Amino acid sequence: MTPRWLSRLWATATGRFGLIVVAVIAVTALVSSFWTPFDPQSSNIGDRWLPPSWPHLLGTDDTGRDILSLIMAGARTAVFVSVGAGVVATVIGISLAALGALTARWVRETVAVLVDILIAFPVLLIAMMISSVWGGSLWVVIWAVGIGFGVNIARVTRPELRRVQQSDFVLAARASGLTPRQSLTRHLLPNVAPVFIVQLSWSMAVAVLAEAGLSYLGFGASVVEPSWGILLADLQRYIGVHPLSVIWPGLTITITVLALNLLGDGLREATDPTLRHRAAELHTPAVVA
Amino acid sequence: MLRYALVRGALLIAGLLVSSVLIFLTLRVFPGDVAQLIAGTQASPAEVDALRESLGLNRPLLTQYTDWIGGIVRGDLGTSLLSGASVGEELFLKAQVTVPLGIMALLIAILIAVPFGILAALLRGRRGGTALSVGAQTLAAVPVVWAGMMLIVVFSVWLGWLPPQGFPRTGWSTPGRAIEALLLPALTIGIVEGAMLMRFVRSATLQAAGQDFVRTAAAKGLTRTRALIQHGIPAVGLSIITVLGLQVAGIIVGSVVIEQLFTLPGIGRMLVADVGTRDLIKVQSELLVLTGFVLVIGFLVDLLHRAIDPRQREAA
Repeated sequence: MTPRWLSRLWATATGRFGLIVVAVIAVTALVSSFWTPFDPQSSNIGDRWLPPSWPHLLGTDDTGRDILSLIMAGARTAVFVSVGAGVVATVIGISLAALGALTARWVRETVAVLVDILIAFPVLLIAMMISSVWGGSLWVVIWAVGIGFGVNIARVTRPELRRVQQSDFVLAARASGLTPRQSLTRHLLPNVAPVFIVQLSWSMAVAVLAEAGLSYLGFGASVVEPSWGILLADLQRYIGVHPLSVIWPGLTITITVLALNLLGDGLREATDPTLRHRAAELHTPAVVA
Repeated sequence: MLRYALVRGALLIAGLLVSSVLIFLTLRVFPGDVAQLIAGTQASPAEVDALRESLGLNRPLLTQYTDWIGGIVRGDLGTSLLSGASVGEELFLKAQVTVPLGIMALLIAILIAVPFGILAALLRGRRGGTALSVGAQTLAAVPVVWAGMMLIVVFSVWLGWLPPQGFPRTGWSTPGRAIEALLLPALTIGIVEGAMLMRFVRSATLQAAGQDFVRTAAAKGLTRTRALIQHGIPAVGLSIITVLGLQVAGIIVGSVVIEQLFTLPGIGRMLVADVGTRDLIKVQSELLVLTGFVLVIGFLVDLLHRAIDPRQREAA
């Protein structure tokens, strides 16, 4: 990872948009852990349903909570879930890809078939499977997206890993005495990193969507946790009377997901020049909430 | 073709088996005591034990699994742990909402994706094409549930054209009202799915535009656009079929959330309720039916693709 890919990423409008928004969300999450304009959980019946105005920039909800503060605090949950899901997806994806590319033939092919089967499981169904035994929590979202996308990462990374492993320079490295493990860390992983990081960025976008959808359904965050999905569910009950307040959390989710998707697109173009002129393939796997 | 169908069929069977084992094990092996949950916190350990016995949760895992699968093979999806009602009958009832909803959503998605996707490809590099791509990219990032809320705000709250929620008690005996109730939900799923499909149609069209046969047609005197429409679009249609399985999975997932938002009595809402009450037998059968459906669609799509794509046939 040299700064060269970063400057290439910055050079495209989409990459720039992705980077900036993701940075803003991350900083917001950080800031919200010690400061928000108002306490996101403190209700004040006298201030209920204030329209967007100073000092409640996005207005207030049915119990007079400040919507901007709720959204800022929700960023924390979004970052937590997307990073958590990213870690799980990385571990599962890389292990499955390595098992599917670098082992004995029968193991390799069994793993490949297994991955093909698992990919048909939509993330939401995995989440419901887990939460029917664990009950709802943010960990359910993390595990469900992590497993779902881990399989997806494995499917994309496996052929790439195999291609690199059979390339001449890896063969030469092996002949010159590198152990399989050294060749894995020195040659194989760095060479599949671009493919993998792009997938990771997309899986974090799915994690944000999944958190909102699952929390809305009651399988994600609990009602006292700050979450964009919970906020959507809260505001939806008053949609007939106060239709506009529901715009803010939805817009926040859309912009965040869009930024992560564009960051993935930009990273792909920046890290792999051969892809630049190839038509984009469909990257979204079994879609989520 | 037959050989391919057999191999692909074997993979389908393997997929169904692996799914059933995974669903079963996840629901049994993970911590969480269903009997305790049903009996409530007031129950004595002896009562919980008796309940566990009567629910058959004390039997060896393998027996429980083979009983469940054996039943399914015979067409018996089991009975609810809580109400004792037949899962199969309820699924059949709820499917009368979910299946029409899914078909309507799929049609809307295709009606959006195909014309706009092709248009976006034709206008590539021009302002209109960029606007279409940005629009699709943004719509694909919208959470389905929020899209539904915004449509409710516009079409029910502001315009008052369509009912915001619910499904007529009379069901399909009043087809007009039933379709009216499904229109907004189907539109919601259709728009979001359509935006994803549109990006695929766009890149498939662009790919087709670069093909030799389109270039040849252009060289022998057709305009570029005409060449693309006459010779490229059939190839695009073919590649759309390959993502149909993905679309179906997306629509199933979308319907789970959307049935909740619009309070439709469909399979998705039933599944959400059953996960909430931890009705294990129902949940495992419903999950298997849904994943099985996705797997079967994938199988059919692969066969169809094979049957109509001459290149695939020759490769065999």
